[in-house]
Amino acid sequence: MKPIIKLEKVWKTYKMGDIEVNALQGLDLEVRQGEFLAIMGPSGSGKSTAVNMIGCLDVPTRGKITLEHHDISKLSESELAQVRGRKIGFIFQQFNLIPTLTALENVMLPIVFQSVSREKRIRKAAELLKIVGLSGRMNHKPAEMSGGEQQRVAIARSLANNPDVILADEPTGNLDSSTGETVMGFLQNLNRKEGKTIIMVTHDNNVAKHADRIEFLKDGKVIENFEIH
Amino acid sequence: MLKDYFIYSVRNLRHRGLRSWLTMIGIFIGIAAVVSLIGLGEGLRIAIMSQFGFLGPDVLAVQASGLALAGPPGTGVVEPLSDKLADKIEKVNGVEAAFNRYIESATVEFNDRQSVGIAGSVPEGEAKKILETMVNLKAEDGRLLKDADSRKAVLGNNFGGDDKFGKGIRAGDRILINGADFEVIGILEKKGSFIFDNVVLMNEQVMFDVIGNKKEEVDVIAVKIDGTGRINEAKESIEKLLRKERDVKKGEENFVVQSPQQVLEALNSTLFAVQLFVYIIAAISLAVGGIGIMNTMYTSVLERGKEIGIMKSIGAKNSAIFTIFFIESGLLGIVGGIIGIILGMAFAFGLSVAGRAFLGSDLIQASISPWLVAGALVFSFALGTAFGVVPAYRASKLNPVDSLRSAK
Repeated sequence: MKPIIKLEKVWKTYKMGDIEVNALQGLDLEVRQGEFLAIMGPSGSGKSTAVNMIGCLDVPTRGKITLEHHDISKLSESELAQVRGRKIGFIFQQFNLIPTLTALENVMLPIVFQSVSREKRIRKAAELLKIVGLSGRMNHKPAEMSGGEQQRVAIARSLANNPDVILADEPTGNLDSSTGETVMGFLQNLNRKEGKTIIMVTHDNNVAKHADRIEFLKDGKVIENFEIH
Repeated sequence: MLKDYFIYSVRNLRHRGLRSWLTMIGIFIGIAAVVSLIGLGEGLRIAIMSQFGFLGPDVLAVQASGLALAGPPGTGVVEPLSDKLADKIEKVNGVEAAFNRYIESATVEFNDRQSVGIAGSVPEGEAKKILETMVNLKAEDGRLLKDADSRKAVLGNNFGGDDKFGKGIRAGDRILINGADFEVIGILEKKGSFIFDNVVLMNEQVMFDVIGNKKEEVDVIAVKIDGTGRINEAKESIEKLLRKERDVKKGEENFVVQSPQQVLEALNSTLFAVQLFVYIIAAISLAVGGIGIMNTMYTSVLERGKEIGIMKSIGAKNSAIFTIFFIESGLLGIVGGIIGIILGMAFAFGLSVAGRAFLGSDLIQASISPWLVAGALVFSFALGTAFGVVPAYRASKLNPVDSLRSAK
């Protein structure tokens, strides 16, 4: 499989007052198209920072990140937003739905930022909510839904612009294990049936088992890497 | 897309309902003050203008000055105008006609009740026609005076209403004027002028016979300027003539030659000063309201850091975030403005109704033009957006990673 994302000797340095903290220290990582990759590691190992880089939320201090052969470490903020919107779908531990919007509107929001006509948007969002089994809750606000339902809305939202890559940061971290299994089922389906590339951060071994490959991070570097399937 | 941002902004404002309302109070008090005070000021101007409205732009009024007592124009002065002057004035260059008018307050009795009116003379012959067109006299009921009419009167529109005597006077009714029996032959159309709506018109000779005016003591000489429109030159010529006739030096005149224009200009500049004062007070209150919007928007940006992070992570560009916050502050401004306009109009019209009911005065009236409303709307929107620019910019520049990490 060809690589879709490549991180080459990526450094990220944060300044905390006078102290410099190296969150990433020459990270090399390759994500292949269509694979399900889990990133694991203790807290402070730089996995969140790595995911932020992959998700174009942040730019490296040094090093190079390529997404489909485009160097994204040099893009402007607006260009990064465009790339995020079109190529990447985010799923967060806290679900991160907009509280004032309904499920349908939340799923529509990424498409709104891509200037697609309203009709198409509604059709697409309704279709996605159907896939995650929430057709009946389209007009509910996040506060009116359970954690599992909210995370399913978030999955639907991550698919709104039909991205190639789904980034999931501890997607089951706030869910009980059986709800977590359901959510993982959806992710696995997306990977197997839709061919989406999935990158997931977790520290739960049971969750990581759903992946094809696991990369272990420590001190801002990959220390171990093995294939499951 | 803008529509979606708009819906989203409205949701946010409603979500923070109390705070949104409190913020808008700051705006709508200011806007209500502007709309009501300017509306009332404009109403006052129109009311006063209509009092002068019986004098067109091509008319001059000559009165003796040095009032000994307050009263209708020209009465109670120390040295009244002579009845010979009008003919002399008529010969002045640029003057088409000049005629004497006698004015006196008079009691009117009807239906066993009394009221006070302003008796005014109507000249005979050609001058009668000129007066009628000059003042635009039209009878709503009955007809206007003819030269042969004796003991007949035409009344101002207020006499036709029920207020004065419990029932309105109609043409054909008989009334007592200063105790003398008169037949009413006409009621004038509504003029909106206090004087003309309370006037009791009768022929000149009848004024002398019944009201007791002396022919030699003219109250006002009405002067009509000819078609050349050289009103200022005519005015100067008349003043020169009167100084000679009345033997006074320049600067010591015991008479005035007024054009309604002049009076209105003086009035306008006074009202303008008052309105300027109102504008300044309103501007201060609106600036405070604007700072309220800014404060609310800053708080909102802080509170919604996480939301901003989420939107950025799912593809919102900085410009999209800016637009959302910009719309919100604009909405705070414009909704505050709309409420302010409604309140201001209600206040102004309420005050004018109360003024009429309790003070019987037409001077308190509200005139709120579409321009005032449109201006207030545009201004309140501009205010909201102006004070929202900085918070919106701040929101748009937030770093997505940091904002995603923020607690709320």
